[in-house]
Amino acid sequence: MTTTTTSVSLAVRDVHLAFGAHRVLRGADLDVARGRAACVIGPSGSGKSTLLRTINRLIEPDRGDVLLDGRSVLRDDPDALRQRIGMVFQQFNLFPHLSVLRNITLALRKLKKLGEDEAVALARAQLDLVGLAGKADARPAQLSGGQQQRVAIARALALRPQVMLFDEATSALDPELVKGVLAVMADLAAAGMTMVVVTHEMGFARSVADTVAFMDAGVVLEAGPPEAVFEAPEHPRLRRFLSQVL
Amino acid sequence: MDPLSTLWETFFDWDSMREALPEMLTVGLPNTLTLAVSAALLGSVLGMLLAVAGISRTRWLRWPARVYTDVFRGLPAAATILLIGVGLAPLGMQVWGPNPYPLGVLALSLIAAAYLGEIFRAGILSVEAAQLEGARALGFSWGEAMRLVIIPQGVRRVLPAWVNQLIALIKDSSLVYFLGLLASQRELFRIGQDYAANTGNQSALLLAGLFYLLLTVPLTHAVNWLDRRLRQGRPAAPPEPEPDAEPVDVTPSGREPR
Repeated sequence: MTTTTTSVSLAVRDVHLAFGAHRVLRGADLDVARGRAACVIGPSGSGKSTLLRTINRLIEPDRGDVLLDGRSVLRDDPDALRQRIGMVFQQFNLFPHLSVLRNITLALRKLKKLGEDEAVALARAQLDLVGLAGKADARPAQLSGGQQQRVAIARALALRPQVMLFDEATSALDPELVKGVLAVMADLAAAGMTMVVVTHEMGFARSVADTVAFMDAGVVLEAGPPEAVFEAPEHPRLRRFLSQVL
Repeated sequence: MDPLSTLWETFFDWDSMREALPEMLTVGLPNTLTLAVSAALLGSVLGMLLAVAGISRTRWLRWPARVYTDVFRGLPAAATILLIGVGLAPLGMQVWGPNPYPLGVLALSLIAAAYLGEIFRAGILSVEAAQLEGARALGFSWGEAMRLVIIPQGVRRVLPAWVNQLIALIKDSSLVYFLGLLASQRELFRIGQDYAANTGNQSALLLAGLFYLLLTVPLTHAVNWLDRRLRQGRPAAPPEPEPDAEPVDVTPSGREPR
Protein backbone atom coordinates (compact mmCIF):
# COMPACT_ATOMS: atom_id res chain seq x y z
CA MET A 1 0.00 0.00 0.00
CA THR A 2 1.43 3.35 -0.91
CA THR A 3 0.99 6.64 0.81
CA THR A 4 2.36 9.85 -0.56
CA THR A 5 2.47 11.90 2.60
CA THR A 6 5.18 11.39 5.13
CA SER A 7 4.20 10.03 8.48
CA VAL A 8 4.86 11.92 11.67
CA SER A 9 5.81 10.91 15.18
CA LEU A 10 3.14 10.97 17.82
CA ALA A 11 3.39 11.65 21.52
CA VAL A 12 0.62 11.71 24.09
CA ARG A 13 1.69 13.51 27.25
CA ASP A 14 -0.07 13.18 30.60
CA VAL A 15 -3.58 13.38 29.16
CA HIS A 16 -6.38 13.73 31.70
CA LEU A 17 -10.08 13.63 31.01
CA ALA A 18 -13.13 13.32 33.23
CA PHE A 19 -16.80 12.99 32.29
CA GLY A 20 -18.32 14.55 35.37
CA ALA A 21 -17.04 12.59 38.33
CA HIS A 22 -15.89 9.70 36.14
CA ARG A 23 -12.17 10.07 35.47
CA VAL A 24 -11.65 8.25 32.19
CA LEU A 25 -8.05 9.28 31.55
CA ARG A 26 -5.70 9.89 34.48
CA GLY A 27 -2.45 10.96 32.90
CA ALA A 28 -2.03 8.72 29.88
CA ASP A 29 1.25 8.75 27.96
CA LEU A 30 2.07 7.16 24.64
CA ASP A 31 4.96 7.46 22.20
CA VAL A 32 4.89 6.31 18.62
CA ALA A 33 7.94 6.98 16.48
CA ARG A 34 7.50 8.12 12.90
CA GLY A 35 6.25 5.30 10.69
CA ARG A 36 5.74 2.89 13.57
CA ALA A 37 2.62 1.11 14.76
CA ALA A 38 1.49 1.07 18.37
CA CYS A 39 -1.18 -1.31 19.59
CA VAL A 40 -3.14 -0.29 22.65
CA ILE A 41 -4.53 -3.21 24.61
CA GLY A 42 -6.39 -3.42 27.88
CA PRO A 43 -9.69 -4.29 29.50
CA SER A 44 -13.00 -2.69 28.49
CA GLY A 45 -13.52 0.70 30.06
CA SER A 46 -9.82 1.33 30.52
CA GLY A 47 -9.98 4.46 28.37
CA LYS A 48 -8.45 3.13 25.14
CA SER A 49 -11.10 4.54 22.79
CA THR A 50 -11.23 7.83 24.68
CA LEU A 51 -7.45 8.17 24.45
CA LEU A 52 -7.69 7.66 20.70
CA ARG A 53 -10.31 10.43 20.45
CA THR A 54 -8.16 12.92 22.31
CA ILE A 55 -5.45 12.45 19.66
CA ASN A 56 -7.65 13.88 16.88
CA ARG A 57 -9.58 16.03 19.35
CA LEU A 58 -12.96 14.43 18.82
CA ILE A 59 -12.76 14.77 22.59
CA GLU A 60 -10.81 17.64 24.09
CA PRO A 61 -8.59 16.59 27.00
CA ASP A 62 -8.92 18.44 30.29
CA ARG A 63 -5.16 18.49 30.71
CA GLY A 64 -2.07 17.23 28.94
CA ASP A 65 -0.93 17.48 25.36
CA VAL A 66 -0.73 15.57 22.11
CA LEU A 67 2.27 16.22 19.88
CA LEU A 68 2.70 15.43 16.20
CA ASP A 69 6.36 15.69 15.26
CA GLY A 70 6.85 17.57 18.49
CA ARG A 71 4.17 20.15 17.75
CA SER A 72 1.08 20.41 19.93
CA VAL A 73 -2.16 19.56 18.15
CA LEU A 74 -4.03 21.75 20.61
CA ARG A 75 -2.84 24.82 18.71
CA ASP A 76 -4.27 23.62 15.39
CA ASP A 77 -7.75 24.14 14.04
CA PRO A 78 -9.48 20.85 14.99
CA ASP A 79 -11.07 20.38 11.56
CA ALA A 80 -7.76 20.89 9.76
CA LEU A 81 -6.08 18.59 12.27
CA ARG A 82 -8.57 15.78 11.63
CA GLN A 83 -7.84 15.91 7.91
CA ARG A 84 -4.26 14.95 8.80
CA ILE A 85 -5.32 12.14 11.14
CA GLY A 86 -7.32 9.28 9.68
CA MET A 87 -9.66 7.38 11.96
CA VAL A 88 -11.40 4.04 11.57
CA PHE A 89 -14.25 3.07 13.89
CA GLN A 90 -15.58 -0.18 15.29
CA GLN A 91 -18.93 0.35 13.53
CA PHE A 92 -17.30 1.66 10.28
CA ASN A 93 -19.46 4.82 10.30
CA LEU A 94 -19.86 4.79 6.54
CA PHE A 95 -22.54 7.12 5.22
CA PRO A 96 -25.41 4.78 4.26
CA HIS A 97 -27.10 7.24 1.89
CA LEU A 98 -24.03 7.46 -0.35
CA SER A 99 -22.43 4.88 -2.62
CA VAL A 100 -19.06 3.45 -1.65
CA LEU A 101 -17.41 5.75 -4.17
CA ARG A 102 -19.23 8.85 -2.87
CA ASN A 103 -18.30 7.95 0.69
CA ILE A 104 -14.69 8.40 -0.36
CA THR A 105 -15.05 11.34 -2.75
CA LEU A 106 -17.17 13.47 -0.39
CA ALA A 107 -14.27 14.70 1.74
CA LEU A 108 -11.94 14.84 -1.27
CA ARG A 109 -14.27 17.20 -3.07
CA LYS A 110 -15.60 19.28 -0.19
CA LEU A 111 -12.46 19.47 1.97
CA LYS A 112 -9.56 18.92 -0.41
CA LYS A 113 -11.44 20.83 -3.13
CA LEU A 114 -10.54 18.25 -5.78
CA GLY A 115 -12.46 18.23 -9.05
CA GLU A 116 -14.95 15.43 -9.69
CA ASP A 117 -12.68 13.48 -12.06
CA GLU A 118 -9.65 13.72 -9.84
CA ALA A 119 -11.61 12.73 -6.73
CA VAL A 120 -13.17 9.73 -8.46
CA ALA A 121 -9.82 8.57 -9.84
CA LEU A 122 -8.22 8.84 -6.41
CA ALA A 123 -11.14 7.06 -4.72
CA ARG A 124 -11.06 4.22 -7.24
CA ALA A 125 -7.32 3.82 -6.78
CA GLN A 126 -7.77 3.69 -3.02
CA LEU A 127 -10.59 1.16 -3.32
CA ASP A 128 -8.37 -0.96 -5.52
CA LEU A 129 -5.73 -1.00 -2.79
CA VAL A 130 -8.16 -2.51 -0.30
CA GLY A 131 -9.39 -4.99 -2.90
CA LEU A 132 -12.81 -3.48 -3.47
CA ALA A 133 -12.50 -1.88 -6.89
CA GLY A 134 -15.65 -3.67 -8.03
CA LYS A 135 -17.80 -2.27 -5.21
CA ALA A 136 -17.56 1.42 -6.07
CA ASP A 137 -21.23 1.78 -6.93
CA ALA A 138 -22.64 -0.39 -4.13
CA ARG A 139 -24.28 1.06 -1.05
CA PRO A 140 -22.56 0.30 2.26
CA ALA A 141 -25.53 -1.85 3.36
CA GLN A 142 -24.91 -4.15 0.40
CA LEU A 143 -21.42 -5.00 1.64
CA SER A 144 -20.30 -7.38 4.34
CA GLY A 145 -18.89 -5.92 7.55
CA GLY A 146 -15.34 -6.69 6.47
CA GLN A 147 -15.85 -4.97 3.13
CA GLN A 148 -17.44 -1.97 4.84
CA GLN A 149 -14.50 -1.64 7.17
CA ARG A 150 -12.06 -1.77 4.26
CA VAL A 151 -14.06 0.98 2.56
CA ALA A 152 -13.80 3.00 5.77
CA ILE A 153 -10.04 2.49 5.74
CA ALA A 154 -9.89 3.55 2.09
CA ARG A 155 -11.98 6.61 2.91
CA ALA A 156 -9.58 7.66 5.63
CA LEU A 157 -6.47 6.93 3.55
CA ALA A 158 -7.75 8.88 0.55
CA LEU A 159 -7.17 12.06 2.54
CA ARG A 160 -3.46 11.16 2.80
CA PRO A 161 -3.28 11.22 6.60
CA GLN A 162 0.00 11.45 8.51
CA VAL A 163 -1.33 9.24 11.30
CA MET A 164 -4.01 6.54 11.35
CA LEU A 165 -6.12 5.69 14.38
CA PHE A 166 -7.99 2.39 14.57
CA ASP A 167 -10.66 2.01 17.24
CA GLU A 168 -11.35 -1.72 17.62
CA ALA A 169 -11.63 -1.90 13.86
CA THR A 170 -12.37 -5.64 13.81
CA SER A 171 -14.47 -6.01 16.97
CA ALA A 172 -17.80 -5.78 15.16
CA LEU A 173 -16.84 -8.26 12.44
CA ASP A 174 -17.71 -11.90 12.03
CA PRO A 175 -14.61 -13.98 12.80
CA GLU A 176 -14.08 -15.05 9.20
CA LEU A 177 -13.97 -11.42 8.05
CA VAL A 178 -11.43 -10.21 10.59
CA LYS A 179 -8.33 -11.39 8.78
CA GLY A 180 -9.00 -9.48 5.59
CA VAL A 181 -9.20 -6.21 7.52
CA LEU A 182 -6.16 -7.01 9.65
CA ALA A 183 -4.20 -7.79 6.49
CA VAL A 184 -4.99 -4.33 5.12
CA MET A 185 -3.89 -2.79 8.42
CA ALA A 186 -0.68 -4.85 8.49
CA ASP A 187 0.15 -3.73 4.94
CA LEU A 188 -0.39 -0.15 5.99
CA ALA A 189 1.97 -0.56 8.94
CA ALA A 190 4.56 -2.16 6.68
CA ALA A 191 4.26 0.80 4.31
CA GLY A 192 5.43 3.07 7.10
CA MET A 193 2.23 4.68 8.34
CA THR A 194 2.28 5.94 11.90
CA MET A 195 -0.58 4.06 13.53
CA VAL A 196 -2.31 3.74 16.85
CA VAL A 197 -4.41 0.60 16.93
CA VAL A 198 -6.79 -0.10 19.79
CA THR A 199 -7.40 -3.81 19.49
CA HIS A 200 -8.33 -7.05 21.16
CA GLU A 201 -6.46 -8.99 18.48
CA MET A 202 -3.39 -10.08 20.44
CA GLY A 203 -1.98 -11.99 17.47
CA PHE A 204 -2.06 -8.82 15.42
CA ALA A 205 -0.46 -6.82 18.22
CA ARG A 206 2.29 -9.36 18.57
CA SER A 207 3.15 -9.63 14.89
CA VAL A 208 2.56 -6.11 13.60
CA ALA A 209 3.08 -3.65 16.46
CA ASP A 210 6.38 -1.97 17.12
CA THR A 211 5.07 -0.92 20.52
CA VAL A 212 2.37 -2.49 22.63
CA ALA A 213 0.83 -0.27 25.29
CA PHE A 214 -1.28 -1.76 28.06
CA MET A 215 -3.93 0.56 29.45
CA ASP A 216 -5.83 0.15 32.65
CA ALA A 217 -7.96 2.64 34.59
CA GLY A 218 -7.05 5.59 32.39
CA VAL A 219 -3.27 5.25 32.30
CA VAL A 220 -0.75 3.38 30.16
CA LEU A 221 0.66 1.01 32.76
CA GLU A 222 3.27 -0.63 30.62
CA ALA A 223 4.56 -0.12 27.10
CA GLY A 224 7.31 -1.71 25.10
CA PRO A 225 8.14 -3.96 22.18
CA PRO A 226 5.65 -6.82 21.82
CA GLU A 227 8.21 -9.44 22.85
CA ALA A 228 8.75 -7.67 26.15
CA VAL A 229 5.09 -6.96 26.85
CA PHE A 230 3.85 -10.42 25.93
CA GLU A 231 6.78 -12.57 27.06
CA ALA A 232 8.00 -10.66 30.08
CA PRO A 233 5.19 -8.53 31.43
CA GLU A 234 6.23 -6.65 34.54
CA HIS A 235 3.04 -5.22 35.94
CA PRO A 236 0.80 -7.69 37.80
CA ARG A 237 -2.33 -6.25 36.21
CA LEU A 238 -0.87 -6.77 32.72
CA ARG A 239 0.02 -10.34 33.69
CA ARG A 240 -3.51 -10.93 34.88
CA PHE A 241 -4.96 -9.36 31.70
CA LEU A 242 -2.75 -11.50 29.47
CA SER A 243 -3.62 -14.65 31.35
CA GLN A 244 -7.27 -13.92 30.65
CA VAL A 245 -7.01 -13.09 26.95
CA LEU A 246 -4.26 -15.39 25.73
CA MET B 1 -90.43 16.29 -5.88
CA ASP B 2 -89.70 13.51 -3.44
CA PRO B 3 -87.07 14.20 -0.76
CA LEU B 4 -84.68 11.58 -2.02
CA SER B 5 -84.34 13.00 -5.50
CA THR B 6 -84.03 16.49 -4.03
CA LEU B 7 -81.20 15.26 -1.92
CA TRP B 8 -79.63 13.59 -4.96
CA GLU B 9 -79.80 16.75 -7.01
CA THR B 10 -78.35 18.82 -4.20
CA PHE B 11 -75.10 16.90 -4.57
CA PHE B 12 -75.17 15.27 -7.99
CA ASP B 13 -76.66 17.76 -10.38
CA TRP B 14 -74.58 16.95 -13.46
CA ASP B 15 -75.51 20.17 -15.24
CA SER B 16 -74.16 22.30 -12.38
CA MET B 17 -71.00 20.27 -12.35
CA ARG B 18 -70.56 20.49 -16.13
CA GLU B 19 -71.02 24.24 -15.89
CA ALA B 20 -68.34 24.62 -13.22
CA LEU B 21 -65.88 22.14 -14.70
CA PRO B 22 -64.09 24.37 -17.26
CA GLU B 23 -63.31 27.06 -14.72
CA MET B 24 -62.20 24.51 -12.16
CA LEU B 25 -59.77 23.07 -14.69
CA THR B 26 -58.41 26.29 -16.15
CA VAL B 27 -58.53 28.60 -13.11
CA GLY B 28 -59.14 26.71 -9.87
CA LEU B 29 -56.73 23.80 -10.28
CA PRO B 30 -53.74 25.90 -11.43
CA ASN B 31 -54.36 28.40 -8.62
CA THR B 32 -54.65 25.72 -5.94
CA LEU B 33 -51.46 24.09 -7.19
CA THR B 34 -49.67 27.46 -7.31
CA LEU B 35 -50.60 28.16 -3.70
CA ALA B 36 -49.80 24.69 -2.41
CA VAL B 37 -46.55 24.19 -4.30
CA SER B 38 -45.08 27.62 -3.51
CA ALA B 39 -46.08 27.29 0.14
CA ALA B 40 -44.55 23.79 0.20
CA LEU B 41 -41.24 25.09 -1.16
CA LEU B 42 -41.04 28.15 1.09
CA GLY B 43 -42.39 26.22 4.07
CA SER B 44 -39.79 23.46 3.62
CA VAL B 45 -36.93 25.97 3.51
CA LEU B 46 -38.23 27.77 6.59
CA GLY B 47 -38.95 24.45 8.30
CA MET B 48 -35.37 23.30 7.71
CA LEU B 49 -34.02 26.55 9.19
CA LEU B 50 -36.29 26.04 12.20
CA ALA B 51 -35.14 22.45 12.61
CA VAL B 52 -31.47 23.41 12.55
CA ALA B 53 -32.12 26.30 14.94
CA GLY B 54 -34.05 23.88 17.16
CA ILE B 55 -31.06 21.54 17.58
CA SER B 56 -28.51 24.33 17.77
CA ARG B 57 -26.23 24.50 20.77
CA THR B 58 -27.00 28.21 21.02
CA ARG B 59 -29.98 28.97 23.21
CA TRP B 60 -30.58 32.17 21.23
CA LEU B 61 -31.43 30.04 18.23
CA ARG B 62 -33.21 27.24 20.08
CA TRP B 63 -35.57 29.47 21.99
CA PRO B 64 -36.99 31.55 19.15
CA ALA B 65 -37.46 28.34 17.14
CA ARG B 66 -39.37 26.80 20.04
CA VAL B 67 -41.61 29.85 20.51
CA TYR B 68 -42.24 30.16 16.78
CA THR B 69 -43.25 26.52 16.53
CA ASP B 70 -45.58 26.75 19.50
CA VAL B 71 -47.27 29.88 18.18
CA PHE B 72 -47.81 28.82 14.57
CA ARG B 73 -48.83 25.28 15.45
CA GLY B 74 -51.17 26.56 18.12
CA LEU B 75 -53.09 29.15 16.13
CA PRO B 76 -56.02 28.17 13.89
CA ALA B 77 -54.89 28.31 10.25
CA ALA B 78 -57.78 30.64 9.43
CA ALA B 79 -56.67 33.12 12.09
CA THR B 80 -53.06 33.09 10.91
CA ILE B 81 -54.09 33.60 7.29
CA LEU B 82 -56.35 36.51 8.18
CA LEU B 83 -53.83 38.10 10.55
CA ILE B 84 -51.05 37.98 7.97
CA GLY B 85 -53.12 38.40 4.80
CA VAL B 86 -55.12 41.32 6.10
CA GLY B 87 -52.71 42.70 8.67
CA LEU B 88 -49.81 42.95 6.27
CA ALA B 89 -51.94 43.92 3.26
CA PRO B 90 -51.09 47.66 3.45
CA LEU B 91 -47.42 46.73 3.40
CA GLY B 92 -47.95 44.26 0.56
CA MET B 93 -49.86 46.87 -1.40
CA GLN B 94 -46.73 49.00 -1.61
CA VAL B 95 -44.50 46.11 -2.64
CA TRP B 96 -46.55 44.07 -5.12
CA GLY B 97 -49.96 45.70 -5.31
CA PRO B 98 -53.36 44.32 -4.34
CA ASN B 99 -52.64 40.65 -5.20
CA PRO B 100 -53.50 38.55 -2.09
CA TYR B 101 -51.39 35.58 -3.26
CA PRO B 102 -47.98 36.58 -1.90
CA LEU B 103 -49.34 37.07 1.61
CA GLY B 104 -51.53 33.99 1.29
CA VAL B 105 -48.51 31.91 0.33
CA LEU B 106 -46.51 33.51 3.14
CA ALA B 107 -49.16 32.68 5.72
CA LEU B 108 -49.49 29.09 4.47
CA SER B 109 -45.69 28.73 4.47
CA LEU B 110 -45.35 30.04 8.01
CA ILE B 111 -47.94 27.54 9.25
CA ALA B 112 -46.40 24.65 7.31
CA ALA B 113 -42.90 25.62 8.49
CA ALA B 114 -43.90 25.09 12.12
CA TYR B 115 -45.00 21.51 11.40
CA LEU B 116 -42.22 20.76 8.91
CA GLY B 117 -39.62 22.11 11.35
CA GLU B 118 -40.68 19.53 13.94
CA ILE B 119 -40.71 16.78 11.31
CA PHE B 120 -37.22 17.63 10.06
CA ARG B 121 -35.93 18.00 13.61
CA ALA B 122 -37.16 14.54 14.53
CA GLY B 123 -35.52 13.14 11.38
CA ILE B 124 -32.19 14.80 12.07
CA LEU B 125 -32.19 13.66 15.69
CA SER B 126 -32.87 10.09 14.60
CA VAL B 127 -29.52 9.87 12.75
CA GLU B 128 -27.00 7.97 14.88
CA ALA B 129 -24.36 10.03 16.69
CA ALA B 130 -21.73 7.79 15.07
CA GLN B 131 -22.52 9.40 11.71
CA LEU B 132 -21.63 12.82 13.06
CA GLU B 133 -18.47 11.43 14.64
CA GLY B 134 -17.52 9.73 11.38
CA ALA B 135 -17.97 12.96 9.44
CA ARG B 136 -16.13 15.07 12.03
CA ALA B 137 -13.24 12.57 12.04
CA LEU B 138 -12.77 13.19 8.31
CA GLY B 139 -12.32 16.89 9.02
CA PHE B 140 -15.78 18.25 8.30
CA SER B 141 -16.91 21.12 10.51
CA TRP B 142 -20.15 20.70 12.46
CA GLY B 143 -22.04 22.68 9.83
CA GLU B 144 -20.57 20.74 6.91
CA ALA B 145 -21.24 17.43 8.64
CA MET B 146 -24.85 18.46 9.21
CA ARG B 147 -25.38 19.68 5.67
CA LEU B 148 -23.60 16.87 3.82
CA VAL B 149 -24.14 13.83 6.04
CA ILE B 150 -26.73 14.21 8.80
CA ILE B 151 -29.51 16.27 7.22
CA PRO B 152 -29.67 14.26 3.96
CA GLN B 153 -30.16 11.08 6.00
CA GLY B 154 -32.58 12.67 8.45
CA VAL B 155 -34.78 14.14 5.73
CA ARG B 156 -34.94 10.81 3.93
CA ARG B 157 -36.31 9.16 7.04
CA VAL B 158 -39.17 11.65 7.41
CA LEU B 159 -40.21 11.91 3.76
CA PRO B 160 -43.55 10.21 4.50
CA ALA B 161 -44.38 12.78 7.18
CA TRP B 162 -43.27 15.52 4.78
CA VAL B 163 -45.70 14.30 2.12
CA ASN B 164 -48.45 14.26 4.75
CA GLN B 165 -47.76 17.92 5.35
CA LEU B 166 -48.09 18.60 1.61
CA ILE B 167 -51.53 17.06 1.74
CA ALA B 168 -52.48 19.38 4.59
CA LEU B 169 -51.15 22.32 2.55
CA ILE B 170 -53.28 21.46 -0.47
CA LYS B 171 -56.36 21.48 1.75
CA ASP B 172 -55.38 24.60 3.71
CA SER B 173 -54.77 26.53 0.49
CA SER B 174 -58.57 26.84 0.26
CA LEU B 175 -58.45 29.23 3.21
CA VAL B 176 -56.88 32.08 1.21
CA TYR B 177 -60.40 32.84 -0.02
CA PHE B 178 -60.67 34.83 3.23
CA LEU B 179 -58.36 37.39 1.69
CA GLY B 180 -60.75 38.27 -1.13
CA LEU B 181 -59.98 36.91 -4.58
CA LEU B 182 -60.60 38.33 -8.05
CA ALA B 183 -62.42 35.98 -10.44
CA SER B 184 -59.10 34.92 -11.99
CA GLN B 185 -57.51 34.36 -8.58
CA ARG B 186 -60.09 31.92 -7.28
CA GLU B 187 -58.89 28.45 -6.36
CA LEU B 188 -60.85 25.19 -6.44
CA PHE B 189 -62.83 25.71 -3.27
CA ARG B 190 -63.86 29.29 -4.06
CA ILE B 191 -65.03 28.40 -7.56
CA GLY B 192 -67.06 25.50 -6.19
CA GLN B 193 -68.56 27.68 -3.52
CA ASP B 194 -69.48 30.46 -5.98
CA TYR B 195 -71.24 28.05 -8.33
CA ALA B 196 -72.98 26.43 -5.39
CA ALA B 197 -74.24 29.81 -4.22
CA ASN B 198 -75.49 30.73 -7.70
CA THR B 199 -77.21 27.44 -8.48
CA GLY B 200 -78.57 26.77 -5.02
CA ASN B 201 -77.18 23.24 -4.99
CA GLN B 202 -73.91 21.86 -3.70
CA SER B 203 -72.88 19.90 -6.78
CA ALA B 204 -70.12 22.30 -7.84
CA LEU B 205 -68.68 22.24 -4.31
CA LEU B 206 -68.77 18.47 -4.44
CA LEU B 207 -66.90 18.64 -7.72
CA ALA B 208 -64.29 20.86 -6.04
CA GLY B 209 -64.07 18.21 -3.33
CA LEU B 210 -63.43 15.56 -5.98
CA PHE B 211 -60.58 17.66 -7.35
CA TYR B 212 -59.03 17.82 -3.88
CA LEU B 213 -59.34 14.07 -3.54
CA LEU B 214 -57.75 13.66 -6.97
CA LEU B 215 -54.74 15.53 -5.65
CA THR B 216 -54.56 14.17 -2.10
CA VAL B 217 -55.49 10.50 -2.41
CA PRO B 218 -52.62 9.63 -4.79
CA LEU B 219 -50.29 11.50 -2.44
CA THR B 220 -51.59 9.45 0.49
CA HIS B 221 -50.77 6.29 -1.39
CA ALA B 222 -47.41 7.72 -2.39
CA VAL B 223 -46.71 8.15 1.32
CA ASN B 224 -47.53 4.54 2.04
CA TRP B 225 -45.38 3.35 -0.83
CA LEU B 226 -42.53 5.61 0.24
CA ASP B 227 -42.87 4.48 3.83
CA ARG B 228 -42.69 0.82 2.86
CA ARG B 229 -39.74 1.42 0.62
CA LEU B 230 -37.86 3.35 3.28
CA ARG B 231 -38.62 0.70 5.88
CA GLN B 232 -37.53 -2.23 3.78
CA GLY B 233 -34.80 -0.40 1.93
CA ARG B 234 -34.48 -0.28 -1.79
CA PRO B 235 -34.76 -3.62 -3.52
CA ALA B 236 -31.10 -4.39 -3.15
CA ALA B 237 -28.95 -7.45 -3.39
CA PRO B 238 -28.17 -8.87 0.04
CA PRO B 239 -24.54 -8.76 1.14
CA GLU B 240 -22.58 -11.38 -0.70
CA PRO B 241 -20.20 -13.67 1.09
CA GLU B 242 -16.72 -12.20 1.08
CA PRO B 243 -14.88 -13.56 -1.92
CA ASP B 244 -11.61 -13.08 -0.07
CA ALA B 245 -12.53 -14.63 3.24
CA GLU B 246 -9.81 -17.23 2.86
CA PRO B 247 -7.19 -17.15 5.58
CA VAL B 248 -4.79 -14.28 5.20
CA ASP B 249 -1.48 -14.17 6.95
CA VAL B 250 -1.55 -10.99 9.00
CA THR B 251 2.20 -10.81 9.00
CA PRO B 252 3.08 -8.51 6.13
CA SER B 253 5.32 -10.04 3.57
CA GLY B 254 8.93 -8.90 3.55
CA ARG B 255 8.53 -6.71 6.58
CA GLU B 256 11.86 -5.93 8.15
CA PRO B 257 12.22 -5.34 11.81
CA ARG B 258 12.16 -1.65 12.40
